Amino acid sequence: MRIDDLLNQLGEWLKGTGPNSDIVMSSRVRLARNLNKIPFSHWANKKDKEKVLVSIKAALLENEFLKNGISVSMKELDEIDRNFLLERHLVSHELIQKTDNKCALISSNEAVSGMINEEDHLRLQVMQSGFNLRDAFEIVEGIDKFLATRLDFAFSPEWGYLTACPTNAGTGIRSSVMLHLPTLVLTKQINKILEAITRLGLTARGFYGEGTQATGNFFQISNQVTLGQKEEDIIDNIERLIKQVVEYEQNARQMLIGQERQRISDRIWRAYGVLKNAYIISSIETIDLLSSVRLGVDLGIIKDISRQQLNTLFVFIQPAHLQKLEGKKLTSQERDVKRAQLIRSKLTCA
Amino acid sequence: MLCNICGKNQATVHVTEIVNNQTTEMHLCEGCAKEKSIQMEQHFGLSDLLAGIADLGTPFGAKTQDELKLKCSNCGMSYEDFKKIGRLGCSVCYGAFRKNLVPLLKRIHGSTQHIGSTPAKSANETKKKSDAEELREKLQQAIQREEFEEAAKLRDKLKELEKKNEDKKKTKGEDKGKAK
Repeated sequence: MRIDDLLNQLGEWLKGTGPNSDIVMSSRVRLARNLNKIPFSHWANKKDKEKVLVSIKAALLENEFLKNGISVSMKELDEIDRNFLLERHLVSHELIQKTDNKCALISSNEAVSGMINEEDHLRLQVMQSGFNLRDAFEIVEGIDKFLATRLDFAFSPEWGYLTACPTNAGTGIRSSVMLHLPTLVLTKQINKILEAITRLGLTARGFYGEGTQATGNFFQISNQVTLGQKEEDIIDNIERLIKQVVEYEQNARQMLIGQERQRISDRIWRAYGVLKNAYIISSIETIDLLSSVRLGVDLGIIKDISRQQLNTLFVFIQPAHLQKLEGKKLTSQERDVKRAQLIRSKLTCA
Repeated sequence: MLCNICGKNQATVHVTEIVNNQTTEMHLCEGCAKEKSIQMEQHFGLSDLLAGIADLGTPFGAKTQDELKLKCSNCGMSYEDFKKIGRLGCSVCYGAFRKNLVPLLKRIHGSTQHIGSTPAKSANETKKKSDAEELREKLQQAIQREEFEEAAKLRDKLKELEKKNEDKKKTKGEDKGKAK
């Protein structure tokens, strides 16, 4: 399978299915693993990194999820392809920088991705559509067990899996969900909720990952503590909290639709109108409008597009995706035109 | 006046640094000043925040020159390197910097004992540890309930178990040495 094949398919996490998929876009669980005694990626020399690459790649390629997928060396990819994978959440920022001996293995349905020579020797992630941390964890745990029989992971009974950054030590697990919370933002309750979440040991980020602002009312919430808790408890803890946040958003939506139906309908249809008719549009404006339209679909106000189509648009309106579709590099202005064209074609067909 | 850093060129830039109420004056040449300012710019991000905490662990934090110079025998990283970078050099570093890492891990995670899954190979070793962990939890609970007699008993039990574990580790280490 090649990277270009991804253009014609929909990643597992974009399906718009699964529990609570009106509010929870996707769930992700990732593990950080290192090989015993070999220096961590940032401290390793070329030989060490090569050794890591060869042994981990061989083990991953034996796994049923990854053997028929994509295996790419970051160095061999051009900038657009690297960012294309980043935009699909299949690789991390860290992986596409300083690309020597860095490699990604991706399952054909885009649910599983193994990143070699990331901050840790291996970052293994599983993504699922909707509120589905359990399934994601089950899959990642299975692959981890499979790998442990083939690789000598750095592990101490006292501190668990040893990672380059002590913030990941222990279970090395980071579980996160991508939430769409437009009404909590609209009713200005979001800050209180984010504050509470942080106090309970979770962190919130934007749609486009680490260090990004929450755009389009999307929030990625993940656990912070990795040591001193069992994997199941970490998942359980975040699940419970997210369930509550989902409930808050549901209640706010009910209230809004009951009390402000006209106003919210107006906002949703206007957003739909602009998206359907614009000829030049920036990504920030697009994301904001798509967020309103998604709410419209969730509330049953807009009926002629699916959540899946919208999820796909959220990904395809990003710079590298547009350039990949066009087959060449585009300037920012050219992208704004191409983006509007893409959205018009997707929404009018609908 | 000559530059404080290179000691070769004339100092043209004068910097006053105030850290923890301690004032340091620096007189630098243009070249060294530029380098210093790049260092300051780079001084940002998670690794630095972490490095900051790594230093906060008083009275456990690395205070003395000896501790800063402490080196990992496997990968050569010194504690000073770790403080600068915020990432460890290899898995052996954890043992090498143990004294300073324990308070750091405690600060980050609120715990210093892994209770999650283990790779198939070391399942036995962890079993022993989790007994100790169980005792530790019971001990904490007893203290919270203010049942101090019970707590004292648990504490003694825990000490005994820990000693057993230590001894086992030692003999294991020796065995390994012999085997080689």
